[in-house]
Amino acid sequence: MLNAAGLAFVVGGSRWHQADGQVMFVFILAMAAAEVAVGLALVLQIYHRFKSLDVDAISEMRG
Amino acid sequence: MELTFYTAGAVAVISTIMMLTRLNLVHSLLYLIVSLLAAAVDFFVLGAPFAAALEAIVYAGAIMVLFLFVVMMLNIGRHGAETERQWLTPGIWIGPVILAGILIIEVAYVVQGGSAGLGTGATGPKEVGIALFGPYMIGVELASMLLLAGLVGAYHLGFRKTEKPEIQHDTGTDERRADTGGDLVLAGADRPARTT
Repeated sequence: MLNAAGLAFVVGGSRWHQADGQVMFVFILAMAAAEVAVGLALVLQIYHRFKSLDVDAISEMRG
Repeated sequence: MELTFYTAGAVAVISTIMMLTRLNLVHSLLYLIVSLLAAAVDFFVLGAPFAAALEAIVYAGAIMVLFLFVVMMLNIGRHGAETERQWLTPGIWIGPVILAGILIIEVAYVVQGGSAGLGTGATGPKEVGIALFGPYMIGVELASMLLLAGLVGAYHLGFRKTEKPEIQHDTGTDERRADTGGDLVLAGADRPARTT
């Protein structure tokens, strides 16, 4: 999804010959990198806590 | 030029669909890499070589390596060599190889043609840099803050209390080492076994 948004920005930038599209793509890239780092850390934490990555096994929330 | 753009787009869509339908995590990672490379080729054809290089380096390089590290860390020694041998059958990697081959042919064609850009002309890294550190300065600062927050968050989430003390390497062995007369094979054979 982020890639699609970045592609749309780059297409717009190349349509009007502006560098702004690629600037926005750089921002999207930075955001995706930060997001992936946090998400993978979460996955590691879940594995260490439950010894499993089965989402059905991780039903700690009551409700 | 339009043909190259649509070919790369088709490769990206196909590889993404294959990525979503694979049951094995490593297979979907292979297809995801192909998909990101196809998007990079798309950027290049559109006349954004800087974005294409960033896509290939950051996404297909750094983030995929991060994914692979996590997969390796989670797969510790349960299935072992059996599944690994299963992964190396030709049926697994032939799909990504075909798609990546299409991309390589396309890149060669575009580079041979010499004129990148679906419209007229490309926007080089110079203009991007000038725009990035000119009117978008505050955005750069915000992105750096976001990356710092991601770093701190990932470190905090990945932190885990060590349950057992670290293995200390035996350093004071010189006085305990038996003289083996230059026999390097037997040197250190009488050292106490390391307890883990």
